[in-house]
Amino acid sequence: MNPSTLNLAHMTFNEFLPVIFMSLMGFAMLVYVVLDGYDLGVGLLLPRASDDDKDTMISSIGPFWDANETWLVLGVGILLIAFPKAYGVVLTALYLPVAAMLCGLILRGVAFEFRVKARAHHKHLWNHAFFAGSLIASLAQGWMLGRYITGLAQGIEFDIFAALIALALPAAYVLLGSSWLIMKTEGDLQKLALRWARIAWPAVAVGMLLISLATPWVSATVRERWFSLPAFFALLPIPLSTLAALLGLAFCLRGERVLGRASHIPLMLSGYIMTMGFCGLAYSLYPFVVMDSITIWQAAAAPTSLKFILVGVAITVPMIAAYTVFAYRIFGGKATGLRYL
Amino acid sequence: MDALLLARMQFAANITFHILFPTITIALGWALLIFRLRWIKTKDAAWLVAYRFWTQIFALSFGLGVVSGITMSFQFGTNWPGFMERVGNIAGPLLGYEVLTAFFLEASFLGIMLFGHGRVSERVHLAATFLVAFGTTLSAFWILALNSWMQTPAGYEIINGEFHVRSWLQVIFNPSFPYRLTHMLIASGLTVSFLMAGISAWQMLRAKANRSTAPVFRGSVMAAALLIPIQIFVGDLHGLNTLEHQPQKIAAIEAIWKTERGAPLLLFAMPSAKDSNNRYALGIPGGASLILKHDSKAEVRGLNEFPNAHPPVAPLFWAFRIMVGTGMAMLAASWLGSWLLRKRAPQDLPRLLLYVFAAMTFAGWLATVAGWYVTEIGRQPYIVYGLLRTADVASTVPASHIAVTLVAYLLMYTFLLFAYVGVLRYLAGKPVSEEPPMVGPVGADGQTLEART
Ligand code: HDD
Ligand code: HEM
Ligand code: HEM
Repeated sequence: MNPSTLNLAHMTFNEFLPVIFMSLMGFAMLVYVVLDGYDLGVGLLLPRASDDDKDTMISSIGPFWDANETWLVLGVGILLIAFPKAYGVVLTALYLPVAAMLCGLILRGVAFEFRVKARAHHKHLWNHAFFAGSLIASLAQGWMLGRYITGLAQGIEFDIFAALIALALPAAYVLLGSSWLIMKTEGDLQKLALRWARIAWPAVAVGMLLISLATPWVSATVRERWFSLPAFFALLPIPLSTLAALLGLAFCLRGERVLGRASHIPLMLSGYIMTMGFCGLAYSLYPFVVMDSITIWQAAAAPTSLKFILVGVAITVPMIAAYTVFAYRIFGGKATGLRYL
Repeated sequence: MDALLLARMQFAANITFHILFPTITIALGWALLIFRLRWIKTKDAAWLVAYRFWTQIFALSFGLGVVSGITMSFQFGTNWPGFMERVGNIAGPLLGYEVLTAFFLEASFLGIMLFGHGRVSERVHLAATFLVAFGTTLSAFWILALNSWMQTPAGYEIINGEFHVRSWLQVIFNPSFPYRLTHMLIASGLTVSFLMAGISAWQMLRAKANRSTAPVFRGSVMAAALLIPIQIFVGDLHGLNTLEHQPQKIAAIEAIWKTERGAPLLLFAMPSAKDSNNRYALGIPGGASLILKHDSKAEVRGLNEFPNAHPPVAPLFWAFRIMVGTGMAMLAASWLGSWLLRKRAPQDLPRLLLYVFAAMTFAGWLATVAGWYVTEIGRQPYIVYGLLRTADVASTVPASHIAVTLVAYLLMYTFLLFAYVGVLRYLAGKPVSEEPPMVGPVGADGQTLEART
């Protein structure tokens, strides 16, 4: 792609359409990572809690997990709708980890339903399944993220890089999950969650640092994109504010002040950290759907199809946002036991 | 085995597992709304118990539907990457509208529907239940629009091998869509009717009946008796529509190898692809011509007219007979049941009949899956009928990878199916609380609080 056409101001509307959908796909994926991130994190933490606390932890995500996963469906959905030519390439290259992730998500989703309905002595089996599913899904997602950032390149160094991210992402999910629990629970469980968050923090900090160093190292494009001169300064706010948020979070997690009225702060900060990490990645990738090989324009569907779906997006996405907020308000406050009716 | 065959088996295994649960949730959502409304109107605890009991089954089925559905949305890319490359302009937006209009609606309001008691007013709760039911139906609308388009493509043009849309209205309301949507929605209604009747019958036979068992049994038998004739009528229209657009599918269903006048309606046969003929054929002379052309002497086109482009015969022949046979069994059971229920209470029905209903608990699944096999295998060797062959869009993933994941999926699905049926049995035998529900917001201690917000 000729760099001058990268300038948004010079694009025709048809050329701009893929940019809109790329942003939307990014938005869906980000929302997915943050929202399903906290509930996968809760799943990862489950074995560490007592039986009663397990119930509370799961109640805290009960009304949300399904809608959270729907953002993943929207994310792949947009890949499929807007970039059909990349959809096949990406999913073929990631065939095995995708299958592993799906198995993990299946196990987790059904364990959630079965554990409250099955015979009492089967419940702990479903708890194990819930943990195992969350673990498989988050490892697989981390692995895929690592492979995706490097443009699905083959080679041992890329595998190591992907393995690194495969470990970093679950750590981030644990941070999100424990922050979520700090907000949604009380008493001993809340204190426990605080301890978990403290343990996850260094893993996340190291993970982010390594990724920030490794990405430019494995990809020349990323290197150029970040370390050319005016860009470097313009982009500085991203790493700096991430650093600030990380330090702020560390400060918050010291002592027990955060257990009171400020219990939502850790979640906000962790969410912010994920968002910034994401913006950095998005900047590295654009305008590629597959790094260094397929641009969004090469992969895009026909403009008429994109326009047809854009109408739906414009109408439904604000509605989706509205009823998501509505649901979070209804189930606001500390988590209580869940029951039907 | 080659990668194409494995990819097809994998796709078929996944979608077969998936469709089991939508078939239940689509109609069960509406049934729950009815139970709830009945309870509000009559204050009869039977409806409350029914609502509570079936909500658990709904939640479980919904969960299984969601996770297997997420698998489906990846499978187009992992198994048929070429499909999206060629047909993406059409398939993409249809799937996209399903996500945007249906999935988020159901998923977001499901939480309120299931756990919202004590947090929202009765009215908001009813609205949430309605939106969930509406969402499942809407999702069937979009996905069937796509599937029907793949069967009877319309409103498109092909430029450089890629499909482009000329008219969205023609794409969505393609010739087979109205039939397929109606047939599927009624199939869902029948599946749920027999599920309810079957579980209720089982409860009565095992002396596990609760307050809701009798009214639910009565209601579901009546609903089945009402739906099944419509289904048969719609199925017939559907077949005529298929004859017009996909004649080789009908020829395979009826195992008509050569074009003939006065084609028989085969009740039994062993279709043999090797010598293009049927063994042990037993049929009604002129029957197929009569049903398809409304004239027992009329000519019906045979498979010989479609060299290299017709589907395998035996699976279609048998799957179709399983569907129609199940439909006839449903007709007999539900009409007999309704007739007897005019004068008797459900508990006083002959035990044999209750056993029949208990045995037919999953009859809807059988007919639905058989029906989909007719539809889908009948489209082969094409993925988009007449235009794009399945073999041309298949994945390039090594066969061994597909085989490994296929085995993993199969193991998991088998296990989950057993667990699902096991939990249904367990729940059916457990008493359900008859306590009236809490109204208004409730706090952590279970006490009613002042409204939040
Ligand atoms: C006739 C109905 C029907 C058919 C043929 C299909 N589905 Fe489905 N699907 C539904 C009816 C449905 C539903 C009723 O809307 C479900 C089932 C339970 C549920 O939660 O929603 C659902 C769930 C569901 C979900 C999860 C939605 C969520 O997060 O809430 C996805 C991603 C898909 N499906 C995708 C597919 C794909 C890609 C299919 C085609 C190959 C497909 N479904 C066939
Ligand atoms: C919901 C019930 C469905 C069932 C039980 C079902 C079943 C099947 C089966 C058995 C096959 C394999 C046929 C063969 O290879 O001989 C198949 C193939 C396929 N179906 Fe479906 N299907 C369903 C719905 C759908 C829908 C809604 C779509 C698309 C929107 C779809 C798209 C496909 C595709 C792309 C293939 C792959 C090509 C092929 O192997 O035929 N199916 N399906
Ligand atoms: C008894 C009379 C019935 C007739 C004559 C009939 C007819 C048909 C025909 C011709 C098809 C294939 C359409 C095509 O792909 O071209 C079909 C598909 C199907 N049938 Fe039936 N059917 C009957 C009963 C049932 C029953 C009782 C159920 C389920 C409870 C059912 C569920 C389905 C489903 C789910 C499909 C696939 C979706 C579709 O193509 O609509 N059918 N039916």
